[in-house]
This record gives sequence, C-alpha cells and structure tokens, in this order.
Amino acid sequence: MKRDVIITEVALRDGSHAMRHQFTEEQVRAAVTGLDEANVPYIEVTHGDGLGGSTIQYGHSLTDEFKLIEAAVETAKNAKIAVLSLPGIATKPNIKRAADLGVSMLRVATHVTEADVSLQHLNLGKELGLETVGFLMMSHMAEPSKIVEQAKIMVNGGADVIYLVDSAGALLPYQVTERIKALKQEIDVPVGFHAHNNLSLAVANSLAAIEAGAERIDGSIRCLGAGAGNTQTEVIASVLDKMGIQTGIDIYKIMDVAEDVIAPILPQPQEITRGSLVLGYAGVYSSFLLHANKASEKFGVDARDILMEIGKRKAVGGQEDMILEVAAELQQQ
Amino acid sequence: MSKLKVAILGSGNIGTDLMKKIMRSPHLELTTVIGIDPDSDGLRKAREAGFKTVHTGLDGFLENPEEADVVFDATSAYAHIKHAEQLEAHGIRAIDLTPAAVGPLTVPTVNLHENPDAKNVNMITCGGQATIPIIHAVSQLYEVEYAEIVATIASKSAGPATRANIDEFIATTSRAIEVVGGAKKGRTVMILNPAEPPIMMNDTIHLIVDQTLVDEDALYEKLLQTEQAVQQYVPGYRLKSRPFVEENRISVFVEVSGAADYLPAYAGNLDIITAAAVKIAEEWSKAKATV
Repeated sequence: MKRDVIITEVALRDGSHAMRHQFTEEQVRAAVTGLDEANVPYIEVTHGDGLGGSTIQYGHSLTDEFKLIEAAVETAKNAKIAVLSLPGIATKPNIKRAADLGVSMLRVATHVTEADVSLQHLNLGKELGLETVGFLMMSHMAEPSKIVEQAKIMVNGGADVIYLVDSAGALLPYQVTERIKALKQEIDVPVGFHAHNNLSLAVANSLAAIEAGAERIDGSIRCLGAGAGNTQTEVIASVLDKMGIQTGIDIYKIMDVAEDVIAPILPQPQEITRGSLVLGYAGVYSSFLLHANKASEKFGVDARDILMEIGKRKAVGGQEDMILEVAAELQQQ
Repeated sequence: MSKLKVAILGSGNIGTDLMKKIMRSPHLELTTVIGIDPDSDGLRKAREAGFKTVHTGLDGFLENPEEADVVFDATSAYAHIKHAEQLEAHGIRAIDLTPAAVGPLTVPTVNLHENPDAKNVNMITCGGQATIPIIHAVSQLYEVEYAEIVATIASKSAGPATRANIDEFIATTSRAIEVVGGAKKGRTVMILNPAEPPIMMNDTIHLIVDQTLVDEDALYEKLLQTEQAVQQYVPGYRLKSRPFVEENRISVFVEVSGAADYLPAYAGNLDIITAAAVKIAEEWSKAKATV
C-alpha cells in the first residue's frame, strides 16, 4: 500500500499519562483491534514515560506494561507495535523483553541536547533487528543547528528515523518548519514529527512539518495523550485525505474507533484546559499537567503558577519531583 | 607517618576532581595520573601539578607497578572489568569509581569498615552515594519496602563515560539501594538537565515503608543526623526541606553542591563520589599506619 505519510498511533503510550497509567488489557485489545482494522500502520504501547516508567515519580501502572505490549502484539494482524525507551528510566533488559514479545519498532527518546545517551539503546535495537527511531524531546528548547547536530549523533548510532518532538506543545508553525527543513537538509533518514495540542496547533504544526518534508507523524486518537493530547489521529487522517496525501488509514473506521472505543474510556474529555494551555505557553513537558493539578490541590496554589515556575527553571522531561518542591515553595511565599 | 601511595586511572571529570582532593589528603601520596590521551585536560593539569603521568593506560603504568599501593579507577564500567584483573594480579588494591561493581558496594556512612581487606571496592555511583545514606537511615526506623531515587545532574557534569554507562549506573545503583541501603526493592532514575547556568546535583528519594504512622519529627531528626555525617566528607550535602510524608510514602529532597575542585560547584555529583573514595583510601592508609 502506498502511504505518503506514515502515522504512528501513540494513545496507548502518550495517553497513558491522561489515563494515569490505568490502561487494562481489555482496553488495549479493543483499541488495537479497531486501529488495526482502520489500517493504522504503527501503534506504540508502553507506560507514558516509556519502558520501566512505572514508578512513584511518574505513577505506577495498573497493569504490567509487558502484559499490555503482549496483548497488543497478539491482537494486531497488520499493524506493527512500537515501544518507547528513555535512557535513564528504561534499561536494556526492558528492551530485550519487549523484543521477545514481538514488537517491531523501538523509539529511543532523549532531551533534545542529550542525544548521545541514546546510543546504548539504539545499538541494542539494531542488534535485535528492530526498526529504530531517535526521538528528540523538548525540541522547542534548541535551535535548528543544535537539533541537526544531535540528530546526526543518533543517525550515526543507528537510528533509522529521526523525530522532532514538541513535548511541551510549545512550538509555533514557523518554528516547526525551520526545524524540519534543517533536518531534511542535513540528514538522510526519514524525519517525523510528534506534536502536543496544548496551544491548539497540533494539526497545523503537523501540516507544517509535512510541507517541510516530514514523512512520519504521531497521532493520538481522540487526542488521548499527555496535556491536551497530540495531533488527533482521525482529524489528521481526514485532513491529509482531503489534501490528497495518502496515509492508508480508513477515515470512517478511525472515526468510529475514536467515538466508540476511546471516548468511553477517557477519564474526562481531552480539552485544552487552562492547565494544558499553560504547558504550551510556558514550555513545560506535557506529562507534568496532572502532577501539577494534584500538587495544586495539596498545597492550595494555582497549578498555572507551578507550571510557569517550572518553565522558568527549564525543567526537562522526567523531572516531576520538581513539582512538589515548587508547590511547597509557592505555598510558603 | 607513612602515606599510602596511590595512582589515578582516568583523566576525565572524576579523575581530575579526585586529583585535587587527594592533593589535600594528609594520608595519601599521589604518584601518577594515568590516561590514554596525552593532550587531555586532566593529564595536562596533572603534569602542571608535578605528578608523573602515563598516557598509555593501565598497561603502561604496570611497567612500574611499585608506584601505587592503591589505584582509583575513574574510567568506565567496561574498562574496569579488565583493570580489576590486572590490578589484582599485581597485588594493587582498587577503588572503583565506575558502576562496574566488581568489589563490594560501599558507602562511607553505612559500611565503611565492613570490608577492611577487600582487594577491590566499588563506589557505586554518584546517585547512590547521595541517596543511600538517606535510605539506610530510614531503614533504621522502618522496614523500607521500596526505595526509588531520581538523580538529576547538570549535563555539563556528565562526561562521555557516564553517558555511555547509564544502564550500568541504573543497575548498580538499584542493587546498592537494596544491598547497602536496606530497601527490599530499589529503583533508579537518572536525568540530565542542560539548563544554563547549570543546575546543582539534585536527588529525590521516594520510599514506601511498612507503616502509615510515620513519626515525622523523629524521621527528620534522623535525616539531619545523616546529613551531618555525609557533610563530614562532602560539606555541600544538604536536605532541601523537611521530608514529605503521605501515609506510608516518604519523599526526601537532597542537593549536593561541590567544592569546585575541578568543575564548578554545580557538579556535586563529582564530589559525592570522589570524596567518598578518598575517605576509603584514607581509612586504609590509617589502618596500614597502625599495623
């Protein structure tokens, strides 16, 4: 099948944040069945913070993620299952176990300036015969030239694909364009883009990325992702179809999965709330939202003040422990 | 007093910070700094300070093995596996600052005297040195069912070996949380933060204990004693606040600022492990002097 743009569905990984890591095997099977029938080519399944993310820091999974991965692999007839690893959280035994369960793709995520920490995992992914993706997170925090330099480290380390990742949903369309263009000019592997909809720009930014040469886009069905979610899969599939760009996804079927399978399991509809809006505005990692809301209740301070302060302190992905500290400090002021 | 003769293997961030600390020690005589790149900043600084340097690695140094009773290994986990065998064959004791974990895992405030005759001791990791004293202290009060540490360090303080060894960092730290810290289950997360100006080394310790009636004052008192004990060798070690307690869950926040011997003060992750290593060697030197 001809696919001009390859979509990876991330709701069963990025959406783990919005679900407070409470996915069940049944939910994963139902979602994968629907996504597979709608002809989505890749589905990512892991704890929101990647393999091994089930911790006090990020929230414990209700169901062991390997059970969810196994369920996804068993259920998918055509779709390939992907997993995410963040060096510093995941370790090589986690990756080996996922590979044994039959996943096809390994995405290795680092902060946008720290690509060299991905090399151990990328090497292992290649050894295990997996398709590998270098995933450069928080890419609003670096200039295009820096991003190119870091992408090259991952490509030299064996990454088959490089993703520009807007973890905070903070990039504006022109910034996506300049970053993707720089990558396309300087590296030879396919380039992807991962958005968050915190500023309501996920679809627009994804279109900007495609126009600048991106071949892969991450979507989350019904916007089931951290913060305000990602590029809504059924929407981008429909928009691209209207533009004559083939994704291979059956748009009626994907709309049905969104409405009939995903909407009923959402703890609340995925809207742009004041909290998620501030993530994008202040440039904060999207999974911080629910942790900030919780700290806001506990310490009686505005979640927006917590997130603004976190943005000022230039927190990177994974620093959820900073939320408690900042909330306590704000309470004392 | 006869000083213990020591050499440093590795001329990166950790090796060079170690050099500055050993120079101040009344118990240790640094003879040689061993590297593999004659143009490295570390070997240049060692030459300037008047020490012998070897730029052909441990093999080169072992042509004159009598130059050290003890070698500090600040290379990488992979390299240390081989170094450990070579040093033992020459009867030289090793203090291993890589996460290779060949010898017993050691934290000065917890088990400094447990392995007085070990041929090789392992210093775990910077994250382990910063957090295990706290975990061990809590385990004196409660059964620690689970301990999870999040070590956040400035990107600039993490050299190439540290970056290539993150999985080993996690595995060794997690094991030490159990074996040395006394937790039933250990977990480790490591984060690099590139913010400018660089952030201080920051460690968060989340613990789950066996009871929900935590005496917060007694806990804080115990943690303050631990802070003081670590400050004996790392003055910049401090609790950032009282612990947060929620039912059977305790979170402790620690910051480590360094003595700025090599990198600036933000790199407390160097000091917490190099100062611990020096303390071990000093104990050995004192033991030798009393024999």
